[in-house]
Amino acid sequence: MADWDPSKPILEIENLSISFFTRLREIPAVMDFSCTVMPGEAMGLVGESGCGKSTVALAVMRDLGKTGRITGGAIRFKGRDLTTMSEEELRKLRGSEIAMIYQEPMASLNPAMKIGAQLAEVPMIHQGMAKAQAWALARQIVADVRLPDPDRILQAYPHQLSGGQQQRIVIAMALMAKPALLILDEPTTALDVTVEAGIVDLVKDLGHKYGTSMLFISHNLGLVLDVCDRICVMYSGEAVETGNVAQVFTEMRHPYTQALFRSIPLPGADKNARPLVSIPGNFPLPHERPPGCNFGPRCDYFEKGRCDAHEIAMEPVPGTDRHATRCLKWDEIDWSAPPRAQKIREKAPMGKVVLKMEDLQKYYSVSTGAFGGGVTKVVKANETLSFEAHEGETLAIVGESGCGKSTFAKVLMGLETATAGSIMLFDENVQSTPIQKRGADTVSKVQMVFQNPFDTLNPSMTVGRQIIRALEIFGKGDSDADRKRMMLDLLDLVKLPRAFADRMPRQLSGGQKQRVGIARAFAGGAKVVVADEPVSALDVSVQAAVTDLLMDIQRENKTTLLFISHDLSIVRYLSDRVMVMYLGHVVEMGTTDQVFAPPYHPYTEALLSAVPIADPHVTRKRIVLEGDIPSAMNPPPGCPFQTRCRWKSHVPGGLCEREMPPVQKLAGGHQIKCHLSAEELASMEPVIKIAAE
Amino acid sequence: MLSFVLRRIGVMILTALVLTFLVFSLTNLPPNLEKLAKSEASARMTDDQVDSWLAGNGFGRPMLIRYGEWLGVAPGWVITAEDGTTRGRCLTQGLTVETAPRFCGLLQGNWGWSTVFKQPVDQVLGRSLGHTSWLMLWVMIVMVPTALILGVLSGMREGSRTDRVLSTFAIASTATPEYVSGVIFIALFASATAGISPLLAEMGWISGKTLFQGTATSAMDKITFWNFALPVLTIALYGIGYIARMTRASMTEVMTQQYIRTARLKGVSFRNVVMKHALRNALIAPFTVIMLQFPWLLNGVVIVETLFNYKGFGWTLVQAAGNNDIQLLLACSVVAVFVVLVTQLISDIGYVFLNPRIRLS
Amino acid sequence: MDPLSWPALLGHAAWRLLPVWIALAATFALSIGFKRRLGLYGRLFESNVGMIGLGIVLFWVFTAIFATQIITFDPLAQLSGMKNALPGSPLKTPVEGAYSHYLFGGDSLARDVFSRMVMGAREVLKIAPAATLFAFMVGVTLGLPAGYFGGKLDTSLSFLANLVLAFPVILLFYLLVTPEIVQTGLPMYFAAVLFLFPILFFAILFNARYKTDPPRRNLYVGLTLALGLWAYAGLAFNADPTGIFAMSPNLLNVFVSVVFVNSPGVFRIVRGLVMDIKARDYVAAGQTRGESPWYIMLWEILPNARGPLIVDFCLRIGYTTILLGTLGFFGLGVSPESPDWGSTIDDGRKLLAIFPHPALVPAIALMSLVLGLNLLADGLREESLKD
Repeated sequence: MADWDPSKPILEIENLSISFFTRLREIPAVMDFSCTVMPGEAMGLVGESGCGKSTVALAVMRDLGKTGRITGGAIRFKGRDLTTMSEEELRKLRGSEIAMIYQEPMASLNPAMKIGAQLAEVPMIHQGMAKAQAWALARQIVADVRLPDPDRILQAYPHQLSGGQQQRIVIAMALMAKPALLILDEPTTALDVTVEAGIVDLVKDLGHKYGTSMLFISHNLGLVLDVCDRICVMYSGEAVETGNVAQVFTEMRHPYTQALFRSIPLPGADKNARPLVSIPGNFPLPHERPPGCNFGPRCDYFEKGRCDAHEIAMEPVPGTDRHATRCLKWDEIDWSAPPRAQKIREKAPMGKVVLKMEDLQKYYSVSTGAFGGGVTKVVKANETLSFEAHEGETLAIVGESGCGKSTFAKVLMGLETATAGSIMLFDENVQSTPIQKRGADTVSKVQMVFQNPFDTLNPSMTVGRQIIRALEIFGKGDSDADRKRMMLDLLDLVKLPRAFADRMPRQLSGGQKQRVGIARAFAGGAKVVVADEPVSALDVSVQAAVTDLLMDIQRENKTTLLFISHDLSIVRYLSDRVMVMYLGHVVEMGTTDQVFAPPYHPYTEALLSAVPIADPHVTRKRIVLEGDIPSAMNPPPGCPFQTRCRWKSHVPGGLCEREMPPVQKLAGGHQIKCHLSAEELASMEPVIKIAAE
Repeated sequence: MLSFVLRRIGVMILTALVLTFLVFSLTNLPPNLEKLAKSEASARMTDDQVDSWLAGNGFGRPMLIRYGEWLGVAPGWVITAEDGTTRGRCLTQGLTVETAPRFCGLLQGNWGWSTVFKQPVDQVLGRSLGHTSWLMLWVMIVMVPTALILGVLSGMREGSRTDRVLSTFAIASTATPEYVSGVIFIALFASATAGISPLLAEMGWISGKTLFQGTATSAMDKITFWNFALPVLTIALYGIGYIARMTRASMTEVMTQQYIRTARLKGVSFRNVVMKHALRNALIAPFTVIMLQFPWLLNGVVIVETLFNYKGFGWTLVQAAGNNDIQLLLACSVVAVFVVLVTQLISDIGYVFLNPRIRLS
Repeated sequence: MDPLSWPALLGHAAWRLLPVWIALAATFALSIGFKRRLGLYGRLFESNVGMIGLGIVLFWVFTAIFATQIITFDPLAQLSGMKNALPGSPLKTPVEGAYSHYLFGGDSLARDVFSRMVMGAREVLKIAPAATLFAFMVGVTLGLPAGYFGGKLDTSLSFLANLVLAFPVILLFYLLVTPEIVQTGLPMYFAAVLFLFPILFFAILFNARYKTDPPRRNLYVGLTLALGLWAYAGLAFNADPTGIFAMSPNLLNVFVSVVFVNSPGVFRIVRGLVMDIKARDYVAAGQTRGESPWYIMLWEILPNARGPLIVDFCLRIGYTTILLGTLGFFGLGVSPESPDWGSTIDDGRKLLAIFPHPALVPAIALMSLVLGLNLLADGLREESLKD
């Protein structure tokens, strides 16, 4: 590499085209993609699923599998073309010069090899290092990625570590040979938000420390703003806009980028006054791309005969720092115009109490140890849960994995019975009535929308049949014809074409499946709907549409919506009240304004700080929590949050480690479960500040 | 770990008890006993005579008690006949009621008397198991390495030419039960009129009439390649295909895992990806399969020993079953069940041991 | 008349099998023509392995169907002078109007090997698929609740399944398929239990589906019970007044034993699949709208487990064929004259070193059928994974 000049780009991708070949046809995955990464620079690659961003990363590693092939263009790493390199040359480069970090940390570590051996392998291959030396280096790097007790970790197997720790090991592995380029493919998507914040910090610091260039792939615009210097937005296999992060975020010059930003809930968005604008239509399938501009059919500025006439090339925006866009009309569009006028909706009035929980407890007994016969432990999934939900209200339940929100949903639905406490549903006490014993009427009034769109529908039954079955079991309709008509009405309600009734679920996109799921939930005229992360698995542009649909139906039917989510942005956007849970406890509850403004519970504060926000005008206070979420099997004594709380030293006498904090009732029904004194709470500063525009 | 092993052993003993009781009741059905009485005493007995003969020989009592006696947990029967002679289960070789032990069943080492071989069952069984263990040893030596190598080679690069050829071979061999492959092998290699032997003899390449010997009777005295290759190959062939397919499936699955990609993109060479990263994970599943192959191998043993006239365990089992030799058949069943259960236990424990994900959680 | 040369005798045999070739060609032409509309079966024609497998299996199926047209002699007839005749031998004493040659030679009792092979296909295909189907009914009906409910039910059912699986098959056959067992009536009790499962399965299936519509439910469940119990009485107790459903005691014994041996394997597969599928959201969706457990098992879970089950079904028919051959090989259960392949191999093996053809022909026939089934299963697996 002696002939490489450090002032030249480290990675240069030029007009790269990649196709996958099936038996039937060639499917182009990436077309005419160019981007440049300078030494020490972090380049963010952003786009929705299927846009080809991961394919680009794998092409850089030259690991496209048997069916994928680079059909044109060049990838130059330090001036050498990767596309023409031999397997042996590539092998020398992989791991030593270019390293990769993946989405699923558990899957990317060998389950049958000790961590130390997996780490030490890298310098042993590339530098011919002796085993003892390599292990010593591994120990040092493990300490570098801020893992406690490196010696124990080196001797451990991957499954003995938590998700966050595993991802740190994957990062350590990538850094073992001090690579010049690091490719990160959605490195935090599988992790909890507070854990993610720690990983993001680590990646940024290590990037600076080792001077590594980064190619950061993510669907999360906020995360890219946090980590990257430059950004490249991809749509349907093409780069549509590239440039400096701040510039692209504030002065975007491509309609897709603009539409993307308008569809994500930034602070300040409001479901009634300033609703989100979803992108109409669907992502084109790779073999059904339109002529000309790929985004054309969904674009507000589309001009027939011009935008769909011929292929459009990247065009630099003059007077900027390498800012370019793939739009013919970029200098004609008025970029500062406000979004199309949206129907401003009245805030629905809240009605009477329909659901009331009091001191609900749900304990599980679990026998520990894989071979049974271990000690039986009690897992406290829910602890003294009390709240009321009104007609037409949206109550958000926020928390990370293991906080007990799913258990809560199961108990409410009657899939599990509560250990203690009461659930009043329309003046009917249901806490100890399992679902089989509930009447069809009660059952149809409480329904659920599930998280995973690929799992929510039975793959071997038509869409129409599944909705009709819900109608049958709820006792709706008098005849088959009657129910068929009701089913078609429900499809109208969720804005799906009636022809979808005869389709199989596999022919639908994720968002469409989720709509069917919503139609099925409302088949019996549900009054209370539990939505368990209904949009978290969907792409950003689809999320807005599905969320709005849910809101519309709710407004019409005066449904009570219990919205379970870990995503505070969307919670802030749509909920009336918020309940924050941690390890089975409700740590804070109040109206949305109360929860999102100080005083906070220390956990809420950290959670707010951890959520990346895709708006350069917003400044956040960085609060990075130490360690991982404790296991619900083995909760810490005293306050559940005490192991990670940064306010713990403000409470005298180690009270947090000994006693469960009381629920403090503040003004306006705001509740916080914390030992901090009222003065301390009052002294808290807001985490998020929006700079004046 | 220890409690897991103990629990597994507990379940195993329970299974063994239930199975042996089932075998005991199925071999001691009234028609079997009637046949026994007629063959032991006189073929022209009336029904009443049969009943009294059975009663006089301890067969008249409830099934469960007889099972207990046979197992050695209930005291053996003692019956004093009308003519004053006292006979009993434990009164053998001049022992009297006073000197004989109270219990004389399986647990005391008393396996009974074989009516076919006119010998104590344990002697018959010991001799035949000795023969069979040689057969099994060679089968294992041939089968396991071949199968694993075939499986790993074809699973290493899914869809390649090697994979296609080896997979086709594996499918064909699982479609060939022992009684088919044995017949084909004999016709091809051990027939003086068909196959390749006449050709070879004509060309003067072999001194005898056939290339291999069509029976393995002589192998009971001295095992040679010529008398033992065909029976070993016949049993091994079916197992090879099955284990190779399992290994292939497990190997292809492992090769698509993310951690294999991680290793590849770390710069590990393909050879080392296979040897260091894939192999250990890929061999966990086939290990279980190899162990669970034993019940089927037992099948193969019975067929092959019958086909090649090799007087081992399988041959003995057929003789016992065909000639209503109740004690011998029971003993054979005990051995078979024991072998199966022990291999299952080893497979369970081995699986846990090989898989750190389970071992250490 | 002269003996036939090898090419000539193969040509003659192929000519005798003409109905089979016509049927095969018609099936393939139709299937390939409409393969886009035939779902998984149609996609089978995309894979070479699957097509070859299906071809072999259909060859034997059609051979079994047209057996009476194909055979050249009565499979039980012994013609003088034809003992151990070599393939292609002409009849010693030609009979007017009868076929002139023993195409694949004669066996040790001077019977025609070719005709016995063809009739053997019918014997095997009469039992193997039906027995496998019954084993599936038993395995599915027990495996579904075991996997779905788990707990004590699962523990005890799994213990029973492992009990049967721990038994060496050959030993089980030597204990179960004997004349003495037939005398005790034990097979009938076995049949009484095992044959109940299909009726149970369909009754529950319709009841769960049409519970919301009682008139239709009563019709379907009623029909199932009427038909089922009629067949049940005939098959298990030989008590069908019309005589349509009947099985000889020997056949019943073989059938029941094969079902009994196969069911635990099916049980284990179904149980594993259910435990996997029950974690899906659509199962939870069914639960939250108050569906009965049996509806969820039979209508939400089972259809989504069909891929692996169809593959296993094909493999298991092959396995059952091997088991039936094993029974024949040891002369268990079947009548001594039966032309089934296992017994024919057993008959032929005594003179194997001198006259290999009487054993070799059924051996290759059996192997090819099982191979076809295995290839078919492989093709199905490959295509069903492509979704």
